[in-house]
Amino acid sequence: MSHAVQERPVALSKPRGPLSHARLPRWTPAAVAAGSIAAGIGIGLAAGWHSRTQWGMLAALLFVLVSYALTSKVEGARQAKDRVATSLVWVCFVLAVVPLLSLAWVTISKGIAVLDVYFLTHSMNGVLDAEAGGGVYHALLGTIEQVGIATLIAAPIGLLTAVYLVEYGKGRLAKAVTFFVDVMTGIPSIVAGLFVLSTWTLMLDFGPSGFAGAMALAILMMPVVVRSTEEMLKLVPNELREASLALGIPKWRTILKVVLPTAIGGITTGVMLAVARITGETAPVLLLVFGTKLINPNPFEGAQSSLPLYVYEQYQVGTDQSVARAWAAALVLIAFVMILNMVARGIARWKAPKTGR
Amino acid sequence: MKLSRKNGLRASAIGALVVSGALVLSACGSDNNSEPAKAGGDKTSAAASNIKCDGAKGQLLAAGSSAQKGAMDLWVKNFQAACAGVEINYQGIGSGGGITKFNQGQVALAGSDSALKEEEVAESKKVCAGGTGVNLPMVGGPIAIGYKLEGVDNLILDAPTLAKIFDNKITKWNDEAITKLNPGAKLPDSTIQAFHRSDESGTTQNLGKYFSVAAPADWKYDPKAKSWPAQKGQAASGSSGVASAVKDTEGSIGYFELSFANANKISTVSLNTGASAPVAATSENASKAIAAAKVKGTGNDVALSLDYGTKAEGAYPLILVTYEIACDKGNKAETLPTLKAFLNYTVSDEGQKILSDAGYAPLPAEIAAKVRAIVPTLS
Amino acid sequence: MVTTTPPATDQNRSRRASSAVRPGDRIFSGLSKGSGITLLVIMAAIAVFLTYRAVLAISDDSANFFTTFEWNPAGDPPVFGIAVLAFGTIVSSVIAMAIAVPVAIGIALFISHYAPRKLAKPLAYVVDLLAAVPSIIYGLWGAIFLVPYLDGLNQWLDQYLGWTYIFDKSADGVARNMFTVGILLAIMILPIITNVTREVFLQAPKMHEEAALALGATRWEVIRMAVLPFGRSGIISASMLGLGRALGETMAVAVVLSPSFALSLHLLDPGGGTFAQNIAAKFNEADAYGRDALIASGLVLFVITLLVNGAARMIIARRKEYSGANA
Repeated sequence: MSHAVQERPVALSKPRGPLSHARLPRWTPAAVAAGSIAAGIGIGLAAGWHSRTQWGMLAALLFVLVSYALTSKVEGARQAKDRVATSLVWVCFVLAVVPLLSLAWVTISKGIAVLDVYFLTHSMNGVLDAEAGGGVYHALLGTIEQVGIATLIAAPIGLLTAVYLVEYGKGRLAKAVTFFVDVMTGIPSIVAGLFVLSTWTLMLDFGPSGFAGAMALAILMMPVVVRSTEEMLKLVPNELREASLALGIPKWRTILKVVLPTAIGGITTGVMLAVARITGETAPVLLLVFGTKLINPNPFEGAQSSLPLYVYEQYQVGTDQSVARAWAAALVLIAFVMILNMVARGIARWKAPKTGR
Repeated sequence: MKLSRKNGLRASAIGALVVSGALVLSACGSDNNSEPAKAGGDKTSAAASNIKCDGAKGQLLAAGSSAQKGAMDLWVKNFQAACAGVEINYQGIGSGGGITKFNQGQVALAGSDSALKEEEVAESKKVCAGGTGVNLPMVGGPIAIGYKLEGVDNLILDAPTLAKIFDNKITKWNDEAITKLNPGAKLPDSTIQAFHRSDESGTTQNLGKYFSVAAPADWKYDPKAKSWPAQKGQAASGSSGVASAVKDTEGSIGYFELSFANANKISTVSLNTGASAPVAATSENASKAIAAAKVKGTGNDVALSLDYGTKAEGAYPLILVTYEIACDKGNKAETLPTLKAFLNYTVSDEGQKILSDAGYAPLPAEIAAKVRAIVPTLS
Repeated sequence: MVTTTPPATDQNRSRRASSAVRPGDRIFSGLSKGSGITLLVIMAAIAVFLTYRAVLAISDDSANFFTTFEWNPAGDPPVFGIAVLAFGTIVSSVIAMAIAVPVAIGIALFISHYAPRKLAKPLAYVVDLLAAVPSIIYGLWGAIFLVPYLDGLNQWLDQYLGWTYIFDKSADGVARNMFTVGILLAIMILPIITNVTREVFLQAPKMHEEAALALGATRWEVIRMAVLPFGRSGIISASMLGLGRALGETMAVAVVLSPSFALSLHLLDPGGGTFAQNIAAKFNEADAYGRDALIASGLVLFVITLLVNGAARMIIARRKEYSGANA
């Protein structure tokens, strides 16, 4: 809507001139963009720069400068500033999209080469580093179990904490909790891993297990769950609570039966997004689960593997075959995370609270 | 109420979906990779006939040196193929990590690039009831100095020159010290790009020990340092990282186990040790140098003292011997049979024979015999 | 997101009025309070245990823990210090922020105010998804693809900006340096910062924007006068969120950087290190004491992130009051 308004010439700014003054034709930005890309490539080739990054940056610079020069000549200084801002925003967009698209493209194209049903259903048992074959099943199973346990620990605690903050919390304790939840969001994942290592593994002398990894992941997950649940609970209209309380229903039942169900869509989304985030964590898992080539379905005893750890290990080994496996596992990992994300967003849209924007 | 019941149903439906999904998943996975292995590894799996299982069963956790991981992978593969129901899990997490885990009782077998230190032996008494951890040498191997230099196929260097290169005292390929050792080679006027390990490693440690014995004047750093002691140069993670960096960079030089040089087809430096001819980095030449090693351990301990300064003909002095570390007494009852059977296999002729194919060096007969006598006495 | 006010005092009052205290209520409020306390306990435990381990390590450190340029806890006597790590962590994060924040604001503006409607929605969605890409994958991509692509840029910077000292490339080698790490971190935190800023921009009061337009402002003027001031606290908190990620990023840095324990301001030279990268690289080979030393460095990282987050909180809190008075 703001669109339509802006396209119109601004008459107020120059009261003395004609009502509408000179404008560049609408195709100018596109033409300038094409021109600067061509110039960027041309100059790059002429100067013999090897790096495409430089060509692109030069093109971007030319684009901004040329559009500024043109506009300030034809339309005036204010319009020129506006045009520069627009070009800069477009450049930002392209600048960001290029590496991210490249990331997606590389992962998919490299990963798909090895990825098949065999890869998904076999472990690495007895596969030598320089041999092709083997699979990711043990790591996938490990990831699912560790993330599942982490969710079982973190989701209830996070949810109840959010309930406390929104429904009960007041005074110092609530303030402290709010503050430390924020601080906790910023805990580096490796620090969480070190904490579990120094307590669970070094002090209590437990062996490496999927569970140890899950605890570190739970620490990382809790604050995320608290924050998102808190936001969702705040969106629940007070009228609902008041209506329920007015009917003489105890507060705890009001929360359980009215408040939480109303916000359940958003809460689920928040939890799933948190799950997606911890699924990709490598550092704490690296310190805690030991890693294995075999399938170990028991997360409480013995070494397990996990997808991000598998990617890292295979990359470290460094043979062509193992790097190919690393890419394929990376693709599996991305797919897993993306599916979680999409389901979460689907739920969010499907069950969006009525008060949402 | 209606709302919540619907949600409850949905929640349980999702729960059921997750559970059944997990069940399906766990049902269809398989540890059996023998099918594709046939394509690549015929010679190794065919040889798996003489392995004695001796009641080996269950899972054996092992961890340690990544230098011997290639050998371990081969052995584990053959052993598991021969003995049904055995799972051996060796993680190449590094020697220090392996010893730490061994002394915490997390693994029954540790692999290490260096023998246990005194305080580590003392600590091992906690997990080895009535005994201590012992060092059993199992795998030897040359540390290759790999390089990439267009048009130079057979580079010859000596210890002082190498030490200076890695310490950034010699920075050009056409430095006088190098040209003197390589008359006739076309050495370019380009910078030497020396790569070292960015992580802590027994490979780095052995290189340092070699330098401090063979070139004491040019290497003043702590010979025991596991992390790179010098300040300059470039680093990459793991032997694989160094190897691929050397492979990709013109004018580079780096150190890693021979197997990595073979896998990446990297040319290796021959060492001028003072013997009549320069010595190439090969399994046989490394075995000759290991043969000069003396046993310094006592009793069941077979810790070796390597002679990095050897000038024997055809002996490649830049070597690495990795040990298996286990308790001489007080091993856990449930893993003991597997441990013994496995070590029995690895030190047997059959186990040692496959080492040279993988870029490692078999133990000299005398030392192997000693280890072979000790393994059955583990308890 | 924060549209409605939280259930406020009138509700609490109603609870107090009816506080004939049902057992169910007591249990439930106790449970939820308990979870809040659990969180606090976990935070406290993290601080206490890391400190305990760290003190064990530092008390045997024969050199100054904060100023030493070396890491050799296995040595005799043990010598290790965090100077290089602290420097590297801060430098890489600063580079990342310098690149990511402006670009993220640009993208956020693009999505909220510039892009055609049809493009904006899916774009926002894609950015959301990208925020969830695991860091190990950024690392893999960075090491295998980004590093070769940045070689040329490095040479060019060295050639034309070498006089600035920081862009002087004094040692040869591929682009496994702090500058590359900074760029990679920037790419990683870009989606996160974009996400939050976009949310905030979308909430800028429409009335203000329309009023500005009606007065004849150009689109840029509208943004400068109505959108950016409103979004300032949001931008700050988003940046801090990104900074937190950049400071603690482990795997991507560990995979890409060619580390060393030499302090150098030459950003294009290989070398340097960060806390998290050092822990990941040294952890496996470290003996028990070496691990304590690494935990000590982890504690420093923890404290730094704590300070950053605390500062962000305070800035936002102050801003909130300020902008609230304005609105």
